Amino acid sequence: MVSPAVNTKKMTMIEGVRNAMDEMLKENEDVIILGEDIGVNGGVFRATEGLHEKYGEDRIIDTPISESGIIGNSIGLAANGFRPIAEIQFLGFIYPGFNQLMTHATRLRQRSLGRFTVPVVVRAPYGAGVKAPEIHSDSVESLFTHMPGIKVVVPSNAYDAKGLLIASIDDPDPVMFLEPLRCYRSNRTEVPDGKYTIDIGRASVLKQGDDISVFTWGAMVMDTMKAIETLEEEQNMSCEVIDLRTLYPLDKETISASVQKTGRAAIIHEAPATGGVSNDVISLINDTSFLYLRAPIQRVTGFDTPVPVYSLEQEYLPSAAKIQAAIVNAVNF
Amino acid sequence: MIEDFPMQQIINEDGEIVDADALNDISTEKVKSFYYKMLCARMLDKKCVNLQRQGKIGTYVPYEGQEAAQIGSAVALEEGDWIFPTYRDHAATLTFGHSMRNLLLNWRGRPEGNVPPEGVNIFPPGIPIASQLLHATGAAWAEKKHGSDRVSLVYFGDGATSEGDFHEALNFGSVFNIPTIFFNQNNGYAISVPMERQMKTKTIAQKGLAYDMDCLRIDGNDVLAVFAATKASVDRARANQGPTLIEAVTWRYGAHTTADDASKYRDQNESETRRETTDPLLRVQRYLQTQNTWNEDWLKTIEEEITDEIETAIAEMEAYPEPDLRQLFDYVYDRPTWTIQEQVNQHLAVQGEE
Repeated sequence: MVSPAVNTKKMTMIEGVRNAMDEMLKENEDVIILGEDIGVNGGVFRATEGLHEKYGEDRIIDTPISESGIIGNSIGLAANGFRPIAEIQFLGFIYPGFNQLMTHATRLRQRSLGRFTVPVVVRAPYGAGVKAPEIHSDSVESLFTHMPGIKVVVPSNAYDAKGLLIASIDDPDPVMFLEPLRCYRSNRTEVPDGKYTIDIGRASVLKQGDDISVFTWGAMVMDTMKAIETLEEEQNMSCEVIDLRTLYPLDKETISASVQKTGRAAIIHEAPATGGVSNDVISLINDTSFLYLRAPIQRVTGFDTPVPVYSLEQEYLPSAAKIQAAIVNAVNF
Repeated sequence: MIEDFPMQQIINEDGEIVDADALNDISTEKVKSFYYKMLCARMLDKKCVNLQRQGKIGTYVPYEGQEAAQIGSAVALEEGDWIFPTYRDHAATLTFGHSMRNLLLNWRGRPEGNVPPEGVNIFPPGIPIASQLLHATGAAWAEKKHGSDRVSLVYFGDGATSEGDFHEALNFGSVFNIPTIFFNQNNGYAISVPMERQMKTKTIAQKGLAYDMDCLRIDGNDVLAVFAATKASVDRARANQGPTLIEAVTWRYGAHTTADDASKYRDQNESETRRETTDPLLRVQRYLQTQNTWNEDWLKTIEEEITDEIETAIAEMEAYPEPDLRQLFDYVYDRPTWTIQEQVNQHLAVQGEE
C-alpha cells in the first residue's frame, strides 16, 4: 500500500491522529478543530499538540466545557461551509451532546433532502484498561452504529488512524471517530508522509488463518493478537484475525469471505454484550454464510454492567483466557 | 429586575404613538406592508387549522397572535442572513422567503416542506426544544470566520430557556462574539406550563445579563417595536458588536397544537379579551386609521388578494406528486450504504414497486 518512494516514519497512534489533522489543516482552510483543552494545552492526550501554535486560535478552538455546544456549533459551521473536527475529551462525556448527534447531525441531510449537510468528524478517546477515573472508560460504540446517518470508525494503530481520519474528514457525512485510548502509545507502525486515505467500511485482515475467523476492533485487537499467539503455539491451530476498523457500515465482503473459508467465527469486544456490535456481525454471518458454519459463533465481550472503577476493570475486560477458551470451544465443537 | 427591562413599544394597544422618534424611521408604506404580511400570515394560519380539521394536513401548530413578533423580526434581516425557526415560526419563514406551498407540504408530512428556495438560508424547524440555538451560533460563526457580515437569527419560546442548549448557545455566542440574534417569543406558556412554573425570573431578557450580552424586552405584539429592536440588534451584529437576546412578549390565541386543548390549563376567555386589546393587527389598523391610510375597501382588496394566494398554494399542495421512496433512502448518506441499499432491494422485492 505504501510506495517505496514515499518516506515513512514510525509513529504511535496518537501521532498518527495528530499527523492526519495536520495534513488536513494544511490542505484545507475550512478544516477547524473544536474541543476542550485542545489549544495551548494540546489536548489531554496531546492529539492536537503543536497545532494551536501552527494554525492559530481561529482554527484550533478551545471551547467552553460544553459537549452539546461543541457538536451543535459544529453542525452550524459544517452546514455553512466548514469541515469541523469536534474533539470530545472522553467518549463517556459525550452524552450531553447525544441529542445534537441523534436529532440533527445524523439527519439534517435527509430532513432537508440534501440541501444542508453535516461533514463533521467527532473524535473521542474511549475504552477501559488505563486505570482512568469513573465514567472515563465507556465503550458505547453501538449507541452510534444504531444512529442512521453517521459512520463509525475505530482505528487500532497509527497507519490506520491517519488514513481513516483523513478519509473521515474528507467524508461528506458525519463520522464518529473512536480512538481506543489504550492504543494511543502502546504500539508503533510505519506511517507514510503526506496524504493517504483508507476507505471507510473496509476491514483489515491482520493475520491469515484456516480454522476460525476472529473479529475484533479497538484495543481488543492487541489483546486478541497476543492471546492467539500463545494459542497457536500451544494448540496447533491457525486463526484468521480481522480488525473491523469500521463498525458502520461493516465490511460485508471481508467478513463473509473469511467465515466461508474458516467455517467458524468469534467476535471480541469490550462493550457490553447486549446490543453490542457483535450482534450485527453475527447477523451478517447469518445472512451471508449460515450454511458454511461448523460451530456456533462465539462472543467474548464486556458484561451487561457499567464499566467498573479501575480496581475491577481487568475483571470486566475480555481476558486472554476467555478469548482462548472461546476459540477452542468453536474449533473443537 | 423587571423594572430594568421595561417592555419597549413604538405604538401601544390603541394604536397611539409611544415613541415618535423611532417611528420617524419607519414609513407609513412600510407599516402597511407589515400589516399586509401579518394579515396574510393570520389568514394562512386560520386556513391551516381548517385544513387539519378536514384531514388535508396532519397535526398543525398555530401561531395566531404571534404574527408581529415573527414578521417584525424576519423583515429586519437581509439576503444571505440565516434563520433557525421552531415548528411555530412559519409566519417568520414565509416572510423570509419560504414558499407557501412548501410550508403547507411540511404540514402534510412531506420533506419538501423543509427545503427553502435556493439562496434562502432557512434551516428545517428545530423540533427538540432549544437545540437549534447552537446551529444558529455555528452558522453565524462560520459567516464571521469567512469574513462576511451576515448574521443569524434564531427563534425559540419561553420554555426553551430552561434547556441546557439555550445556555450553551448564549455562552458560545458571548465568548466568541458571534453575530446571532437570540429571538425569544415569550407567549406565556410552554404547552400547558405557565412562565412562573418555568422560571422564577419575571423576564427572559435578564438571562442575557449572565452572558454579558445586550438584552432587551419588547412588546412582541407591536410589529414596529419588534422591527426596530431587531434591526438595531442586526446592525450591531453586522458591525461585530456581538449577539443580542431579545424577549418579545406575546400570546398565542390558540392551543399548542391542533391536538391540544388549551382550556384544560388556562382560561381561554383571556385570548378573546386579548383579541380586542393587545392584538398585533388591530393596533396597526388603529394606527393606520389615525393616518387615514386604512379603510374597509383596502382591507377587502388585500383579503381577496391573499385568499387567491392561499388557494393557489393549497391547490399546488394537493396536486403535488406522491412521495418518492428515494426520499426515504437516498438522503441518509451522500451515497446509500450497502445495508440501506439491501433494504431498498428487499423492500421493493416484497412490495413490488418500481
